[in-house]
Amino acid sequence: MVCANYRMRWLEYLIFIAIVVGMAEPVGSYLVRVFEGQRTFLDFALLPVESLLHHWLGVRSRHEMSARRYTQCFLLFSAAGTVGLFALLLAQRWLPGGPADRYLTTPMTWDLAANTAISFSTTTTWQAYGGETTLRYLTQLVGLVSQNFLAGAAGLALGIAFIRGFARERSPTIGNFWVDLIRALLWVLLPVALVGSVALIWQGVPLNMAPFTDVHTLEGGAQTIAQGPVAALEFIKNLGTNGGGFFNANGAHPYENPTPLANFLGLLAIVVLPASLTITFGKMTGRPRAGWLLLAVMAVLFAGGLALCDWAEAAVPPQLAGLHIAGGNMEGKEVRFGIGDSVLAAVVTSNGATGSYNSMHGSYQPVGVMVPLVNMLLGEVIFGGLGTGLASMVMTALVAVFLGGLMIGRTPEYLGKKIAAAETRLAVLYALLTPKVILLLTGLALATNAGRAGLVTNTGAHGFTEVLFAYASSMANNGQTMAGLNANSVFYNVTTAIAMLAGRFGLAALAMALAGRFANQRRWPTTVGTLPSDSVMFGILVLGTILLVGALSFLPALALGPLAEALQH
Amino acid sequence: MTQHLRAAILSVILLTLLTGCFFPLALFGLGRVFFHDRAEGSLVTRGGVVAGSRWIGQSFTQPQYFHPRPSAAGTGYDGTSSGGTNLGPLNKKLIDDVRQLADEYRRNNGLAPDAVVPVDAVTRSGSGLDPHISPLNAALQVPRVARARGLSEDIVRRLLADCTEGWQWGFLGNPRVAVLDLNLALDGLR
Repeated sequence: MVCANYRMRWLEYLIFIAIVVGMAEPVGSYLVRVFEGQRTFLDFALLPVESLLHHWLGVRSRHEMSARRYTQCFLLFSAAGTVGLFALLLAQRWLPGGPADRYLTTPMTWDLAANTAISFSTTTTWQAYGGETTLRYLTQLVGLVSQNFLAGAAGLALGIAFIRGFARERSPTIGNFWVDLIRALLWVLLPVALVGSVALIWQGVPLNMAPFTDVHTLEGGAQTIAQGPVAALEFIKNLGTNGGGFFNANGAHPYENPTPLANFLGLLAIVVLPASLTITFGKMTGRPRAGWLLLAVMAVLFAGGLALCDWAEAAVPPQLAGLHIAGGNMEGKEVRFGIGDSVLAAVVTSNGATGSYNSMHGSYQPVGVMVPLVNMLLGEVIFGGLGTGLASMVMTALVAVFLGGLMIGRTPEYLGKKIAAAETRLAVLYALLTPKVILLLTGLALATNAGRAGLVTNTGAHGFTEVLFAYASSMANNGQTMAGLNANSVFYNVTTAIAMLAGRFGLAALAMALAGRFANQRRWPTTVGTLPSDSVMFGILVLGTILLVGALSFLPALALGPLAEALQH
Repeated sequence: MTQHLRAAILSVILLTLLTGCFFPLALFGLGRVFFHDRAEGSLVTRGGVVAGSRWIGQSFTQPQYFHPRPSAAGTGYDGTSSGGTNLGPLNKKLIDDVRQLADEYRRNNGLAPDAVVPVDAVTRSGSGLDPHISPLNAALQVPRVARARGLSEDIVRRLLADCTEGWQWGFLGNPRVAVLDLNLALDGLR
């Protein structure tokens, strides 16, 4: 029985990986066509909408921007979205429609509204609130569903502009932000989300504006069931790598995620676009093998995390040994998902910068929770957020090129672009920003009463892990939580918002500065002295760099958290 | 710069209309036409009143019904307050809870004090609204339910088999029993 379950879990894992890899080429090519303005099968319906939007916004589509101007537009757009959502959240008490006031037990304070607004405009969608106890249906639709689309599209646009930095030579510009944003929405997110959302309703995800349902249970009791326009949010929250759930329990809630198929589709929605962007990168730079190599590195790290997490969660929890309990760690997990779908979701969402967990990571075994934690600490390089994940991976590859160049005494260059002092500085700053922000804020939280006050459920090493997890999640713009931490306080609402802003805009500014420099450079011809960027050896070098930088930055913190907890038993 | 600020504000407004109003409206239309009951929450009615939702677990404590997993949503299966315990694996409260829940489970089902209990029967789900239990958990409850209803165990077992789902599409998820479906079917026998 146990053995059969093991085989079934791995069958599902392998099919998942095969689908992601199989879709990378067609989806990656489609993205190239969309953002190079080539013909696609959706043009007949979308071109008129596009030109109408350009007209209304005053966008001149042939007018390209420098990297600096592109980044400014990205910032302005995000700021406008944040302010708009903040205002809507504060005004929601005057909005009509459900749920009835008596169910909204969590007040929408200024700090919670600010945290939530920043969280959604940075695709973090961290939930300091519980959906069904805090938000009106209209807030979820007009505020959150739209920001899921908008922030996701902005990230995709940024990723494409980043790629153009490598693809172009002697070019002062890297595209037009407004054009890319609208293409990302119309050609990618909206059509896929429409099909995906209908599939979710078919699987049983509700979509209504009805009041909460009063139920007379079979035993003669009463139960009230929260309702809402769940399906409108459910697919785009994954597709845009956002992840904030409609309900408090997020993807564990049976209305959000009623069947294993709904779950599987959601997880594919998270990974397929970020994975395919490696192929887009390879095609646009004219080095397809370099793209496949990055995808291979991601897949290896992905499978490694999956194997470790599966091993930790499927075993009988050691602390329950002697109680005559059969089965793996099911605390905080749903029966329809079992260990397999829960672990797959934990690994996918932590890699994919998406907070839509379907099991409670706070109740995972120490090694089990270390996997999603490390995935986030590595800086969303494994698939990562939509658009931003590819940038993180390439930035890490640049550090690897630099290290490799040092080791063999060659001028470091990647895809024909020379990595001189200024470029190295940007890549290293990028690699350092994540550990600096996470560790400083974790230290601050543990050193202050306001921070320690959040540890309401667990203490000791597990409590430490909860705090580290919170900042890792915010910085990676991931948004998942170990929910034992009570994060709805002024302290956590403000500090996690700082980490989200740094993780979104700090990293984007560095990546785009680098992309702008590369776009300006000429492309240097490949010579015998060039370190090949598509060999297995280079793949191992990138893999080693990711793990080395991660270990150097975070091993002490991990030793205090999950590793200490694992040794306690 | 002001031109871009204008574009930023206008685009947020226009694209919010597109994605936060038109997109949900289109979806509402499709949902209503093709999957009306599911869009309304897959509600189950009995004798004209809503008896529950296919997807939302409900509390059962009487011996003639199959029992769901323990729940941490509110005071148990509170459909307005989803969530798990979030207790860490070494938390003493978790270990004490599991021990106590296992003892209760054995007592309720007439099992020996050292009988092996399936883990889903003594742990709380992530949502607190888990509509399913494992087939093993259900099988252990069959004798109790049959005795309380004065039915033969074979009949109950046959109903249980009808309400047991395997892997979706042959490889997705985990085998499971829908507790509400099964209990409705049991009540329908009379």
